[in-house]
Amino acid sequence: MIFSDLIKETYLSLLSNKSRSFLTILGIVIGIASVIVMISIGHGASKNIEENIQSLGTNLLVVMPGSQSGPGNIVRGGMGSSSTLTIQDAEYIKEQILNINNVAPEVSTRKQIIFKQNNTNTSVYGVNIEYQAIKKIEMESGTFLKNEQITKFSKVAVLGSQIRDDLFGENIQVIGQKIKIDKQEFTIIGVTKTKGGTGMGSLDDRIYVPISTAQHYLTGGDSISAINLEVSKEELMEQVQNEVTGLLLVRHKIKNNQPDFSIINQADIMDTMSSISDTLTLLLGSIAGISLLVGGIGIMNMMLTIVAERTKEIGLRKSLGARNKEINSQFLSESIALTFFGGIIGIILGYLVAVVIGKFSQTATVITLSSIILAFSVSAIIGIIFGYYPARRAAKLNPIDALRYE
Amino acid sequence: MIKCQNISKIYKNGESEFAALENISFEIENGELVAIVGHSGSGKSTLMHILGALDRPSAGDYFLDNQNIFGMSDDQLAKIRSQKIGFVFQSFNLLPRADVFRNVLLPLIYDPNTAKIDRFEKVKKSLIAVGLEKERWNYLANNLSGGQKQRVAIARALVNNPDIILADEPTGNLDSKTGEIVLNTFKKLNRETGHTVILITHEKYVAEHADRVIEIKDGKIIADFKNKVFSKDSILK
Repeated sequence: MIFSDLIKETYLSLLSNKSRSFLTILGIVIGIASVIVMISIGHGASKNIEENIQSLGTNLLVVMPGSQSGPGNIVRGGMGSSSTLTIQDAEYIKEQILNINNVAPEVSTRKQIIFKQNNTNTSVYGVNIEYQAIKKIEMESGTFLKNEQITKFSKVAVLGSQIRDDLFGENIQVIGQKIKIDKQEFTIIGVTKTKGGTGMGSLDDRIYVPISTAQHYLTGGDSISAINLEVSKEELMEQVQNEVTGLLLVRHKIKNNQPDFSIINQADIMDTMSSISDTLTLLLGSIAGISLLVGGIGIMNMMLTIVAERTKEIGLRKSLGARNKEINSQFLSESIALTFFGGIIGIILGYLVAVVIGKFSQTATVITLSSIILAFSVSAIIGIIFGYYPARRAAKLNPIDALRYE
Repeated sequence: MIKCQNISKIYKNGESEFAALENISFEIENGELVAIVGHSGSGKSTLMHILGALDRPSAGDYFLDNQNIFGMSDDQLAKIRSQKIGFVFQSFNLLPRADVFRNVLLPLIYDPNTAKIDRFEKVKKSLIAVGLEKERWNYLANNLSGGQKQRVAIARALVNNPDIILADEPTGNLDSKTGEIVLNTFKKLNRETGHTVILITHEKYVAEHADRVIEIKDGKIIADFKNKVFSKDSILK
């Protein structure tokens, strides 16, 4: 039996029962499409998380006050709740350790912000000028903080775009306006560009003031909430982390190896997050895989019905000289054809659905070539696996019994 | 040439055994027109299956052109069926949704010896040989009358130019007039192109078209005679 005959027989046979072929293909289409959509949602989620973390700055180490949990240290303060870090620590790190581009200590506190009748409650960050470089803050209007404003304890503020929208309304020129932070009057000198991101950590929902001003008027005391360090190269992050740890242990005179600070490495966060989103992708993928499996069983069901229905025809073909192998390949090729077309249609459908979801909803979707290849090869394999048994059954029919079958 | 030596076919059903054929021996020369007759249950269908290489005997040797069928593999039997035997069935067994041409072509797709370009000529030749009108060649098999269907089936049996045509109750589903036409077609093939034709039947008028009649009863040959000399206890009397 030559290949073109096999194709033609398959075509004629599938065409002779259009509605059943269509319904079987539909099962595979839904399975493949959902695999592609689910995986694209999973990939979209990881990309989102990655971007969010990247938006916090690159090659970032964050030193926070408060101890790491360790053996024998059961009671643990909330992160940032202790006041063991000072601005002098930050300056000392800057002086002593190489391979650090920027050092930005920060003080944060939540305050009530008032502009005329409007008010909002948000995070106020006391920062220095290097903070802008580390967090890659871009300005929509006005300027970021300047060194002299920090040395002079100036009461100036840079607003996140969200705060501006909340207090003044969108697209309103606010430079030079005065707002009240904790009853003290601050002059607005700039508004940052919208960065996106949601939730507590949103960079748009913040107010930046000079760190000196924040300590003096808003928080009181020398303590700071965190020191952001930008390491010059990604490969050096671990080394710098160890150096900073060593330096601060000595500086804080800690001998029992239970530091009163902790260092968060951005790469670690990234790893954790990406392993979470990988799990998410796997989960979504396996849910979709189940529907693909159901589609495959549908194919087997249909092929078994076809074999039973065409028993007499199989007997006839055998009497005309068809070998078992040829009967086998005919039925196998029918099930592969079903999954092949189901696979192609499913990929197109899944692609479109993923694009539509990405466009019209909050969920980001990323379609990768690998997910398409995966879905397609799975559908081909399903065709072979679930077509194998019915085809074998057809091939093994005794020609006499098959011819007599009514 | 067909040569059967002491052929038996025994069906086992649990403990009990049933012999459909017992020690049958006979020969059929090339170019004969033979009828194998018997009541239903006589074993004639079993004999046809063995002659047609659809089944293997339980014991005995069946030589087809000096090749022993006994002990052949499924694939070897398929090759024998493809090249040496053409089947015609009582219920035609055409593919209902395929046209006449595709139906006749069917044996050729399982025959590696026929080149694709030769197919058209072969199909045409055998459709002409059975006298099916050209305008019906692209009809769907479903839309043909019984007599036309059986002639398409004969054309299909002929298409690979086999030595032997095996017809199992070829007129069983036809009225006597169209049955006559079909039987004359077999006769014509036998006379003009020298095909060996074996008709399996239980009807007297079918057997009367044959040159030689082999009668089977209870798995044994009870009569084998030429030129319509019927025995006294024959069902044909």
